[in-house]
Amino acid sequence: MTNTPRSFQEIILRLQDYWAAKGCAIMQPYDLEVGAGTFHPATTLRSLGSVPWAAAYVQPSRRPTDGRYGANPNRLQHYYQYQVLIKPSPPDLQDLYLGSLQAIGIDMDMHDIRFVEDDWESPTLGAWGLGWEVWCDGMEVSQFTYFQQVGGHDCHPVSGELTYGLERLAMYVLGVDHVMDMPYNDPDAPIALTYGDVFLQNEQEYSRWNFDIADTDILLKHFEDAERECAAILANEQIDPKTGLKIVMAQPAYDQCIKASHLFNLLDARGVISVTERQAYIGRVRALAKLCADAFVQTAAGGAA
Amino acid sequence: MPDLLIELFSEEIPARMQAKAAKDLQQLVTNGLVDAGLTYASAGAFSTPRRLTLSVEGLTAESPNTREERKGPKVGAPDPAIDGFCRGAGVSRDDLQVRDTGKGEVYFAVIEKTGRPADDIIAEVLEATVRSFPWPKSMRWGSGSLKWVRPLHSILCILTDEAGATVVPVDVDGIVSSDVTKGHRFLAPDAFSVVSFDDYEAKLKRAKVVLRADERADMIWSEASNQAFAAGLELVEDKGLLAEVAGLVEWPVVLMGTIAEDFRSLPPEVLTASMKEHQKFFSVRDKTGQVVRFVTVANRETADNGATILAGNQKVLFARLSDAKFFWENDLRVAKKGGTEWTDALRKVTFHNKLGTVAELVDRMAKLSAEVAPLVGADADEAEAAARFAKADLSSEMIYEFPDLQGLMGRYYAKEAGLSDAVAAAAEEHYSPLGPSDDVPTAPVSVAVALAEKLDKLTGFWAIDEKPTGSKDPFALRRAALGVIRLVLENTLTLKLSGFVKDADLLSFFHDRLKVYLRDEGISHDVIDASLAMPGSDDLLLLVNRARALAAFLKTDDGENLIQGFKRANNILSQAEEKDGVEYSFGADIKFAEEDAEKALFAALDAADAKIAPAMASEDFAAAMSAMADLRAPIDAFFEAVQINADTELLRRNRLNLLHRIRTICLSVADLRKLEG
Repeated sequence: MTNTPRSFQEIILRLQDYWAAKGCAIMQPYDLEVGAGTFHPATTLRSLGSVPWAAAYVQPSRRPTDGRYGANPNRLQHYYQYQVLIKPSPPDLQDLYLGSLQAIGIDMDMHDIRFVEDDWESPTLGAWGLGWEVWCDGMEVSQFTYFQQVGGHDCHPVSGELTYGLERLAMYVLGVDHVMDMPYNDPDAPIALTYGDVFLQNEQEYSRWNFDIADTDILLKHFEDAERECAAILANEQIDPKTGLKIVMAQPAYDQCIKASHLFNLLDARGVISVTERQAYIGRVRALAKLCADAFVQTAAGGAA
Repeated sequence: MPDLLIELFSEEIPARMQAKAAKDLQQLVTNGLVDAGLTYASAGAFSTPRRLTLSVEGLTAESPNTREERKGPKVGAPDPAIDGFCRGAGVSRDDLQVRDTGKGEVYFAVIEKTGRPADDIIAEVLEATVRSFPWPKSMRWGSGSLKWVRPLHSILCILTDEAGATVVPVDVDGIVSSDVTKGHRFLAPDAFSVVSFDDYEAKLKRAKVVLRADERADMIWSEASNQAFAAGLELVEDKGLLAEVAGLVEWPVVLMGTIAEDFRSLPPEVLTASMKEHQKFFSVRDKTGQVVRFVTVANRETADNGATILAGNQKVLFARLSDAKFFWENDLRVAKKGGTEWTDALRKVTFHNKLGTVAELVDRMAKLSAEVAPLVGADADEAEAAARFAKADLSSEMIYEFPDLQGLMGRYYAKEAGLSDAVAAAAEEHYSPLGPSDDVPTAPVSVAVALAEKLDKLTGFWAIDEKPTGSKDPFALRRAALGVIRLVLENTLTLKLSGFVKDADLLSFFHDRLKVYLRDEGISHDVIDASLAMPGSDDLLLLVNRARALAAFLKTDDGENLIQGFKRANNILSQAEEKDGVEYSFGADIKFAEEDAEKALFAALDAADAKIAPAMASEDFAAAMSAMADLRAPIDAFFEAVQINADTELLRRNRLNLLHRIRTICLSVADLRKLEG
């Protein structure tokens, strides 16, 4: 029997330990607002090119339209994803993944784990892959994807990506029905905190701001600024005149792509983007992602000589 | 004769692809073996979530030696011709034989091929099969370039004869064949080797893998039915779901759980949709039709007999149904207030960027429904009200979550809104018929709104020039036109299309759809063209009745012969009219009739006239056709006995005028000139 974790943070710590032991670089969250762990440059950019890579990290993620003022038992506008990316995907990735479930207290002898077809596509990143959603007793606990294309580039070699929705997974392991009731730190700690103690007020504040307050004119202007800046960064000569080094600036440009993507999500939550415009905005973000991918493969980390 | 066993072992194959993949494997490999000169007695293919398996029995151990002779160019032919022949035959010039064929000396090539052992051929065919496998979507993994549906881990490939089993050496991108496979991922993960198909299937079963998909489906269905029956309940049949679930497990274990009382107030369709779509659960209902339990199929046994697994599934379902209930209750609040919040919200939903919002669509449908209503026996106000509510459910939370329930939820919500049963039924039925075999609504209000919905769609998309082209019909306009046709015909409605469709191109689109529809009845397109040329052809029912009567008439002996007689009369007359530059429509006079057959034709035409005119007036096409059939014998006799080009011009003109009467009478029934053959 595996011993069961007692808190949200313990599950995160166990995942960190497990993937560290399996040889992943444990990275920290990216310091920009993103919609999912995939947006972290450690995934998006590092899945491009031929240089081997193995990283794992927690990524706070924001989906403004999913805000429910903290009332919904499992829907949040701000939540955490745990992300693992290994390039090339190792032959035993499924077994490695199952080991991580064991590590957070899911007893493989008692549960029914299934790999159910789920192809992944990110229209904003110009990316797609094949894989599964992983079910534990009928509940989706992770996404498992073999990246085939990112930013319009074929992935050679292929990266294996694992994404755990941490709140949902933790609620399941801890047997909690409402996310706000979930123990955040150890329930026996002198100052025991629940997820609600930490985040309920945030959810209310952001739900109100996302849906009703955010100034759409400002957001739109920021979107256009980010779009312009992204292209402008990459329009520079690759050789830096000051140092004489080849410095492509793929990641600074990609920051602007991430910003544009999040600003689009905020505009969407404000309900000011029509169905037809939606596709156009997604296309604009994808164009930026593609520019950044084109730039990254010209860098050393992207495998360029 | 050896038996061949192949297993391609991979990570989990999507359930929906497994059955076809097994068939493809069988076809590609057996075709390849046969093409290479091997024969076999029988073959069978199988699939589980992690493996595709092929068993070929009674395979020949090698391909036969073959000898082929090819005749080439003459001796002395230009060198390029001879060299080309050698290349094609795969022989060198020195190997050519010279033979005298009696017409000079000619080169011959003798191509001898020695037989090859089966394992060489199998290795070649299997590698080609793996490399070109027709997966709907395939992928690369790791650093390799091989494509498979998900990472391919191992290849088992053995030939078994009396002496035992041998591995057929195959190497596809570093995946080397063996006689080894693995059992169930969790219950029996160890590798083991096998010596034959029977051994393979038996050992798999011991390793908790049921190889055959139909056997897994049977196990699931019978166990689930038994558990339901034992509880005095009934399992809701769903063949698609059964096949899918059988493709998600290697070792099916059926578990039945209870749906909490809280959720019993939900419409059973909502419970079933929620459970099926998200969880792949079967529904179990009681005698009243209420869904009270669910069946989930696990992929394993556990020490607690599935208690943990069932509890987990139950919990997930609880969350899902809580969502559904939350949506349902929110929706009921809106519905009870008349649903105006929804219809207002449709103003913000784009139907098509050139055709406006859904609210605008509803306005058009409402107006059109009121117009159509009197023609289908519906009350105009009720039809309009029904159209106004028909799309309301699209704004509901339930439809946002379960789009497939559109219409059905509309019916529930219309009742909650206090609308009449007819309006509620129309909310559900106005989408129908969806396909050629879908039921056609018969309730007048439903028919009115269903027609309005489809007519608006067709005229709208025609107006913005978004017509179907080739295989592309993204807005399902063919289906909409067929829907209109079936609504009209199956409800025997008199409805002039020209009242609703002004665009000639759209009208001819309807006629094309009608031809496709009637082709299934065995009515050919020229019969429809012959009927279309008649007045009132924009009345679909009239048109089809005429076409059906004409088709039936043409199947009779009299009918076929009459058409020949008509065509003969029409040809002679048309030629004479063209030559003489006049139309012979002055009326023939019986007093110039000389022959008996000629006089008899006058009488027969009079008699036919007397019957056909009233029959046509009352749209009794069968009676008109039968009166026309009576003309067959007199026309045949007339052509037998009478020369049209008589000696005197007077007689000739009178006879041409008589032919004109035949033409006029026949054409009053249908435009027989359009008939082929």
